[in-house]
Amino acid sequence: MIRFDGVVLRYPRAPRPAVDGVTLDAPRGAITAIVGPNGSGKSTLVRALLGRLAPERGSITVDGDNIAALTRLDAARRISLVPQREEPAFPLMVRDFIALGRYAHGGVWSGETAVDRAAIANAAQRAGVGEFLERRTPELSGGEWQRVRIARALAQGGDALVLDEPTAFLDVAHEMAVFELLDALAREGRAVLLVSHQLNLVARFATRIALLHAGALAAFGAPDDVMRGDLLERVYEWPLVVTRDPAVGAPVLVPLRNRASR
Amino acid sequence: MRPRTWLLLFLALVVAALAGLALGPVSLSPGAVWGALFGNGDANAIAIVQTLRLPRIALGVVIGAGLGVSGAALQATLRNPLAEPYLLGVSGGAAVGAVTAVALHFTSLAVLPIAAFIGAALAVTLVLFVARAAGARGDPRVLLMGGVVVGAFANAAVMVLLAGAPSETVRGALWWMMGSLSDATWQGTRWIAAYVLVGGVLLIALGREIELLALGEDPAAALGVDVERATRRVYLAASLLAAVTVAGAGLVGFVGLVVPAIVRAMGARSVRSVMLGAAIAGGALVVAADVLARTVRAPAELPLGAVTALIGVPFFLSRLRRIT
Repeated sequence: MIRFDGVVLRYPRAPRPAVDGVTLDAPRGAITAIVGPNGSGKSTLVRALLGRLAPERGSITVDGDNIAALTRLDAARRISLVPQREEPAFPLMVRDFIALGRYAHGGVWSGETAVDRAAIANAAQRAGVGEFLERRTPELSGGEWQRVRIARALAQGGDALVLDEPTAFLDVAHEMAVFELLDALAREGRAVLLVSHQLNLVARFATRIALLHAGALAAFGAPDDVMRGDLLERVYEWPLVVTRDPAVGAPVLVPLRNRASR
Repeated sequence: MRPRTWLLLFLALVVAALAGLALGPVSLSPGAVWGALFGNGDANAIAIVQTLRLPRIALGVVIGAGLGVSGAALQATLRNPLAEPYLLGVSGGAAVGAVTAVALHFTSLAVLPIAAFIGAALAVTLVLFVARAAGARGDPRVLLMGGVVVGAFANAAVMVLLAGAPSETVRGALWWMMGSLSDATWQGTRWIAAYVLVGGVLLIALGREIELLALGEDPAAALGVDVERATRRVYLAASLLAAVTVAGAGLVGFVGLVVPAIVRAMGARSVRSVMLGAAIAGGALVVAADVLARTVRAPAELPLGAVTALIGVPFFLSRLRRIT
């Protein structure tokens, strides 16, 4: 559904592109993950999806339509995106916050319609935030906040769901809850594109993994093809082994102690 | 905001207006004010109420509404609870525009707001440029520093403009630097009100975009806002409002800072209700401040901008503690 085709992205006045010729796609019905070391270009790809950075070369398409030709409103109706960081300048009621997801569906003076209300209620229920709709955003824990942000993306209603490190700062239970939710959403037919540092969880949940290294694609394929010790060791520049989790059978990355301290 | 809270805001405005009609160098009884409003009673009282105090209150309401809405919009868009036209140097830029126009003998209140708007738009552009050059447009402190610097620059520019000017121009310009409602006329107030209405409606129309910009640029873009275009429109409309208030009453600081915070504390949630509430509360605050300006040291009149600064500075300091 979302497709990056030979995309080159460069920040203004930067000597080298931050993303250099990346081709990958995120189809409906699957979780596609983008992983890679810090600064490898993961979030730059997300910025491009937001239209905040135009490709120098290549194209980004949504169901075949070039994203550069879509208005922001059109794009927002198709792609629901949860940015990496977000802090409202002023406290909001959780319900009001989720309702902001409906912006692209209303006019300048239109109030909330029955369709909006249904979408908001449904999104809140799916993301499991129905119980704290009347709380204010600063009162939420990290896990609750991430789920509320996912709820807003669901209320937005696009077939594609893009998330930039949705489980940063979450404990094991909350992290798993988010991955389970994304898995269920993908099974319903959404295209889920996920930027994450959690390689081991990604290896269990994603259908395909794109491994970025210095702005280029080091590998793109099924978890077993990408979770290879030699490949990951080269990309992350750290000694590691990949083994198989005895409990769930998925490939697991185990970083080793540095040679000097071993 | 609950209906009761809106009622409270209106009540504050009405009380301020009534005080404005009754109090001043000549105090009038409520009965005398009531009579004079309808042209009954003492001829002096009628003249004071109808030609002096009523237009003055009307101008105060309009100026306060413009400053309140402008401040509310800027705070949300810049994601900065300390943003307001005066502290951002926007009002200073408007003063340069207005003084330039006066020096060129354009003094009609139909034209003056346009000159002030050009100055304000240049100032806001400069402030954002300075903040971006410092690499921290999102940092409230850098933005305010930019505003203070541009404001100081604007003050200097006004002084330079005045340096060879005849003394009555200097007096007029000083009046601008300190803010006052004393020159209020119905004719002028009508123009100012028309411009404030235009700017206010523009910002209210942008309310949904402003709501999303308050989340940050990336979330706003993700939800469908054309961030660059929406931000530019907000700045222009907010500058127009600020400029019009400067053309009508000079530099009246801190109203745009204090009033949205009060309205939010009273329970206003959406940006649109904060803007509308700030319009009413801003009118009440400016009229009340003007009453103080006229009565504290009567028969001498304090500059309105000095009174609002005396109210606003402690407030600013208490807010500053919270964000740093």
